[in-house]
Order: sequence, then structure tokens, then C-alpha cells
Amino acid sequence: MTALIFFIFAGIAVFCGINLVVQTHPIASALSLVGVMGSLAVLYLQLGGEFIAMAQVIVYAGAIMVLFVFVIMLLNAGAEATTFQVSRFVKYLGAILLAAFLGLISLMIQSTLPRTEGVLFGAWQGTTLDVGRKLFTAYLLPFEVTSVLILIAIVGAIVLARKEI
Amino acid sequence: MALWLIPILPFLGFLANGLFGKRMPKALINLIAVGSVALSFLWVVKTLLALQPIETKYIEHYYTWIQSGTLNIGADFAVDRLTAIMLMVVTGVGLLIHIYAVGYMEHEGGYYRFFAYLNLFMFFMLVLVLAENYLLLFVGWEGVGLCSYLLVGFYLTEQFATTAGNKAFIVNRIGDFGFSLAIFLILRQFGTLDFAKVFAGAQGMPVEAGVGILTTVTLLLLVGATGKSAQIPLYVWLPDAMAGPTPVSALIHAATMVTAGVYMIARSATLFTRAPITMDTVAVIGLATAFFAATVGMTQMDIKKVYAYSTVSQLGYMFLGVGVGAFSAGIFHLMTHAFFKGLLFLGAGAVIHGLHGEQDMRQMGGLWKYMKITGATLFCASLAISGFPFTSGFFSKDAILVAAYARAPWMYWIGVLTAGMTAFYVFRAWFMAFTGEYRGHAHPHESPLVMTGPLMILALLSLGGGFINVPHFLEPMFAEKPENQSLAWLSAGVGLLGIFLAWLFYYAKRGLADSFTKSIGGLYTLVYNKYFVDEAYNAAVVEPLVEGSRTVLWRGIDAGLIDGTVNGIGRRSRGVGSILRLIQSGNIRSYAAWVVLGSIALLIVVGFAGGLR
Amino acid sequence: MPLNAAVPLSWYLILSAILFALGVAGFIFRRNIITVFMSIELMLNAVNLSFVTFSYQFKQVDGHIYSFFVMVVAAAEAAVGLAIILTVFKNRATLMIDEVNSMKY
Repeated sequence: MTALIFFIFAGIAVFCGINLVVQTHPIASALSLVGVMGSLAVLYLQLGGEFIAMAQVIVYAGAIMVLFVFVIMLLNAGAEATTFQVSRFVKYLGAILLAAFLGLISLMIQSTLPRTEGVLFGAWQGTTLDVGRKLFTAYLLPFEVTSVLILIAIVGAIVLARKEI
Repeated sequence: MALWLIPILPFLGFLANGLFGKRMPKALINLIAVGSVALSFLWVVKTLLALQPIETKYIEHYYTWIQSGTLNIGADFAVDRLTAIMLMVVTGVGLLIHIYAVGYMEHEGGYYRFFAYLNLFMFFMLVLVLAENYLLLFVGWEGVGLCSYLLVGFYLTEQFATTAGNKAFIVNRIGDFGFSLAIFLILRQFGTLDFAKVFAGAQGMPVEAGVGILTTVTLLLLVGATGKSAQIPLYVWLPDAMAGPTPVSALIHAATMVTAGVYMIARSATLFTRAPITMDTVAVIGLATAFFAATVGMTQMDIKKVYAYSTVSQLGYMFLGVGVGAFSAGIFHLMTHAFFKGLLFLGAGAVIHGLHGEQDMRQMGGLWKYMKITGATLFCASLAISGFPFTSGFFSKDAILVAAYARAPWMYWIGVLTAGMTAFYVFRAWFMAFTGEYRGHAHPHESPLVMTGPLMILALLSLGGGFINVPHFLEPMFAEKPENQSLAWLSAGVGLLGIFLAWLFYYAKRGLADSFTKSIGGLYTLVYNKYFVDEAYNAAVVEPLVEGSRTVLWRGIDAGLIDGTVNGIGRRSRGVGSILRLIQSGNIRSYAAWVVLGSIALLIVVGFAGGLR
Repeated sequence: MPLNAAVPLSWYLILSAILFALGVAGFIFRRNIITVFMSIELMLNAVNLSFVTFSYQFKQVDGHIYSFFVMVVAAAEAAVGLAIILTVFKNRATLMIDEVNSMKY
């Protein structure tokens, strides 16, 4: 089962990713991104990250992407004229570069990871209790700093986007 | 005994006058300048009386100047009999000249500067004389060269004065180069520059037959001495140095600085006596210079130039003396020369001062009416330099000539001929200036007592100084040479013949001189123009050097290579910068592309060079 | 492979790499600012996946916590970034990043 679910949702994720890059209208790209996030949430569940999966759906897909959609609608962004306004040379060079990038990373990954390891759903659970405990003891400082960061972001966003009176 | 006080007192005078003299009244400047030299002279007298009799060398060690590895050079002063004579001459004659200069420089600008430099000169000369090692002597050597440059170029608004100052310094420098090489060789040979140690080391060395280390060292020392003491081939600066004020000519170029070369050779006698080839070279150079300069002196019209060539000639005599081994005779002549040559120059200065700057003897004449004291003292000096019997010059010059005869008779005969020429030109000058009718346009007058006083004292010394038996005094250091009365009287006789000829040409029958010069036409022109030596040096040495420096060194290397390299680096940097700025295209997507490119490069490096660890 | 077998861990990482590469592609090749931003979010998501994968490998919860922080930062960044985009749109009246190039040399 694990493998089947993996293939299905990995496929959805990749398809949505390609869709995001290829689509002309920003709204279509945004909805593809939502699709990516959803499938990733399932994959997180498979990997035993129940808290992260929930956070992904609630925060990422539920809040951030909604923010994106709001801004797209606010700005009345239309479809681009043509997606790839680059010369053919750059297109091919880009494709080659990307392939090289991917190849390198895959190579490095394959050469270092132990092959005996496998993922089975339910073999290990990262419980929310554990996450909470770790978060408030070992990672307390980053937690507090992050809260300050959010404060800064709020203030910055308000200052930047307000109307001058 | 505080030997250091002897040079330090004039140095303090230099500091006081040099730093504050601009605002001080003339009386204070005089007091400081003359007073410091007077105090120094009194201290010398006190020291010598306390050390009397000076059997062994009295050394004072102050501090270690240079300490580097095995090289150890101290700041040491020492007094022995040779130093004693030099100290008395330098401070005594120096004091008289300082007093004279107060009167001579009365109306000149830069009054405080003159006396500051004069005091500085005394400081360096005393360091030179008191030094107990070659390096300290060299310090004094260079210092007097510097002061000579400063004082010859004293009238610094005049082109010919500053050029003469440059010439004096540069020609001296050539000699100093030889001196430096000699110092290096001495250091290598003996491991030290201390006189006592070097001479002790040299005592054990045999007399060299061919050209050995001692001959090389002494020949190089000779090069230095020819530069400082104006011998062939480096004498050309001294006649030009007459551009300086007359007290400078008297002090530096007659009594003290130019004698430094002779002093240095006498001091290094232990080295020289073991190098016969050098001794002969010294004697021949001295003799040739004496003869050659005397011939030129016979034709000159400027009174200071006559005396300048006379100085070169008399220095040649001193070199002849030390060259044939008569060191004490050479030093004796050094002392008497300081008396009568100093007097000759000071007297010439009094004449020039009385005529308000006139130096050409053709514009003088009949001055006896106006300046009796000057005339009388100059007459005494002329007698002394001619070797008139029983004057100081008689004793000293004949000591040299007798020793020369013992070495090689031909040297004696040429020396006697030169003595005759000396008597001739010196009395020619006297007759031209003081007898006959006054040919000039100024109003001659006698000089004040502050100037005539030293003249009178020096006249007494010129006449009676010969009875100070210097060779006997220096007996422990340099063996005395036997005397030969007949030779002495023979040279005195030739001197009298010279005086007679001068009287004939310039007093009795005046037209005789002009007709004689016309009859030997070309030869006269040659001698009058100093054998065109200056022109030859100019063409052979000076012009090529200047031209070479201008084209090769200045335009080629300095402007082309060095400036080009530095400017080129600037240009190159700008070029590279203008290429690099093309990365800043303003296009965000190109920046993104660069970021990806960079990360790929990093991944390659990490992946294949360092691994994932 | 049998559908019940365990999925090798490396596959998750390769998926993460693919998503990351897609994000880079979108970042370079798209001209609309908002689309570029979304590509950045895609890259962040890919990284999150790899964090959780490694957390599974070590059987520790730390990877989840890193992933959580990444999310928080992404949220803050999205907020401020969109505010900046709004300001740029107000000033330049365009959403094409090629036209915002006055920092040329």
C-alpha cells in the first residue's frame, strides 16, 4: 500500500509542479501549488509526520495560498502574453542546466543513503506530543525568535501596503 | 679629561646660532661663535698641558657606537703627539680666522648662517682629528666636506657660487668612494677599524714587494686623500671654491680641511710604510701636483686664484714629504702652511674688503700707501712661503726637500724648481698689488683692527713658527731624517732667485712681463687656461653622465618603466572593472541565473572534491 | 516491485529534488512576479519534504520541528513579499519583472 500511495501522490505532486511552471495565468499556477501542497501532506502522513501534515494543510494550503489568491485577484493579474520570452539558445541551455542539476543531486543522494532503509506507513510516528515537548524545551529560543520574526513581518506588511494619507 | 668638550663647544655654538641666530643681535652672534672656538682652544691648551709630556696615546672611550656580530666600533677620542699638533693648529688658526671673519662679514647678508656653518665645520674637523677609528674619522671627513659645500655656496643667489659648491662636494665624493672601499678592506683584513688594533695588526705584516692587500688599501686611502687635499686628478674643485667668502678660503681651503688628507696618511703611516709602491705613488703625485699647480699659479690674474693654486702646490709638497717617508716633515709643513697660507688669504681678503670686492690684480697697484699693515703682513707671509732663510717655510720646506733628495735626487731638483716658481708667483702678486700706481676705481682703505689683529699674529707665527721644532716633537712617532745643510741653502738660494725675478718683472722693468708672455704665445694660453683640464673633465665625464642620466635613467626608466607600470596597473584595474560591471544588468532573472550557476558550481566542488561530509 | 514493499528512502529525496528543480525553473523562466514567488514556495516545500524524510531516517522528531520553522518563515516571507509586490505594482503599474530594471549599471 505504501508504495502505491507514494506513486500516486508523488505523481500528482510532480504533475502539479510542472503545471505551475507551465501555466500562463497566475490563478492556475496558484491552484496547482495547492495541489502540490495537498499531495505533500499525504506524503508527510506516510512518513509519520502527523503534526507537519496538519500544519501543511492548515497553514500553508489554507492560509498562505489563500493570501496568494487574494493578491492575484486584488492586482487583477492577467495571463502573460507568452510564457517563455527567451531565445531558443537560453531555453536549451536552461534545460541542460536543470538536467545537470537534477542528475548531480540524485547521484549524491543515491551514493550516500543506506539501501536497507525503507518507509512503511505506521512504522514510526512522530507524535504531536513529542513535537510539542521538543519545541518548548530544546528549541525554545528559535521558537521565541520566530515569534518576533512574525511580529516584524506583520508590522512590515502593514507599513508597506498601507495607503498614504 | 673630557676630550669631548673640544668639539662639542663649537657644535653648541652652531646650534645656538643656527636655531636662534636670526633674531639675535650681531654682537651676540659674534660672542657665541668666537667664544665657543676660543673656549675650545683654551680647553685644548689645558688638556695638552695636563697630558704633558704625551708619551703614550691617551684614549677616552665614550660608548659603543656600532655593535653587530663581530663588528664593534666605539665612539673614541684619542690624543697623541700628532693629534696635539693638529688640535693646536685647528683651534688656534681657527680662532684667529673667526675673529677676522667678524670684521670681514660685517656688511654681508646671512650673518648668523655663516657663523653657524663655520662653527659646524670646526666641530667636524675636531672630530676628524680626535677620532680613534677610521669610521669616526670618516664621519668628520664627510662632515667637513658638507660644510665646505655649505660655505663655498654661501652666496646662494650667485650661480657660480652654488655651482662651485656642487663641484667641491661631488669631486670630494669621488675621493670618498675610494676611502670607503679602503675602510671595507681594512675591516676585512683586520676585523676592526680601531687605529690601535689595526696598526698593531699591521706591525706584524712584512713590507710588501708587489701589490698586496696593504698596497690596495693604501692606494684607496690615497684616492680619498687626493679628493680631500686637492691633488691630481681631483684638485679641480679647489680653484672654483674661491667663490666662497675669503675667511672660508683661509680656514677650510688653506689651514684645515685640505690638510685632512695629509693628516690621514700620516696617521696611517704604519700601513703606508709597508707598501712601498703606494709611497712612491704618493710622492710622485705630490711632486707632479706641486709643479703643475705652480706653473698655473704664475699666470693667474685673480689674487685668490693665485693663492688657490699655491695651496694645491703646497699640498703637493706635503704629499711629497709623507711619500718619501718624512712624515714629521710633512706635518711640519702642514703647520707652517696653515700660518702663512692662512695669512695670505686673510690678507687678500683685507685687500678685497678694502677695495669693496675687487679681486683682479690688474685693477690693483700702489696699495702700500693705503694699507700698510696689510702690505707688511702679506710681505711676511710671502717671505715665509718662498722659504726665505730662517722663516717658518724655510725650515719646513727644506726638511721635505732634503728627505726627497735622500729618496731620489730628481725629486729634489723638481722640488727646488717648484720652490723657485712659488717664490716668483707669490711676489708677483705682492708687487702687482702693492707697488706702482693704483689702476682701479675704488677708494682703498685699511681694514679695522678686528681684521688686522689676526693678520699681525699670523705674521709673527709665519716668521717665527719655524723654531717650533715639530720633527723633534714627533720623534717618538716618526723617525727623524738626517739634515743636509748644503741642500737646504741651495733651495733657499733658488727661492731668492725667484723673488729677484718677480722684482724684475713687476717692479723694476714692468713691460718685461707682457713682452715675455707674447713671445711664448701658445704656451702661455695653455697655462693661463689651466691646461684646459676642467674642459677635458667636462667633456669626458660630466657631459656623458648628464646626458645618460637624462635619456636613459630619467626618460627611459623612471618615466617610461616605473611610471608606466604604476599607471598601467591603474589602467588595468579600470579595464577589469569595466568588464565586471556588465554583470550588473539590472535584470532580476539574469541574477537568478547567476545564483543557479553558482550553486551548481558549489555542488560540483562539494560533490567531487570534498564529499558530503 | 510489490505494492506492499517499503519505499526506499532515497525516492522521497529524489522527489524532493525534482520539485526543487521545478521551482528553480519557474524562478528563472517566469516573468510574472507572483508566479516567481510561487516557485519559491514550491522550493520551500521540496525542502520540507526532505527534512521530514531525514527525520524518519533518524527516528527523531527534530526534522519536523525544522520543517515547522521553515513554514513559519515562509509565511512571514510571503506576507512581506506580497506587500512589496503591491507597492511595486502601485509605483510601476506592472507585474513583469523585466520592466523593473532601473538598477542597471
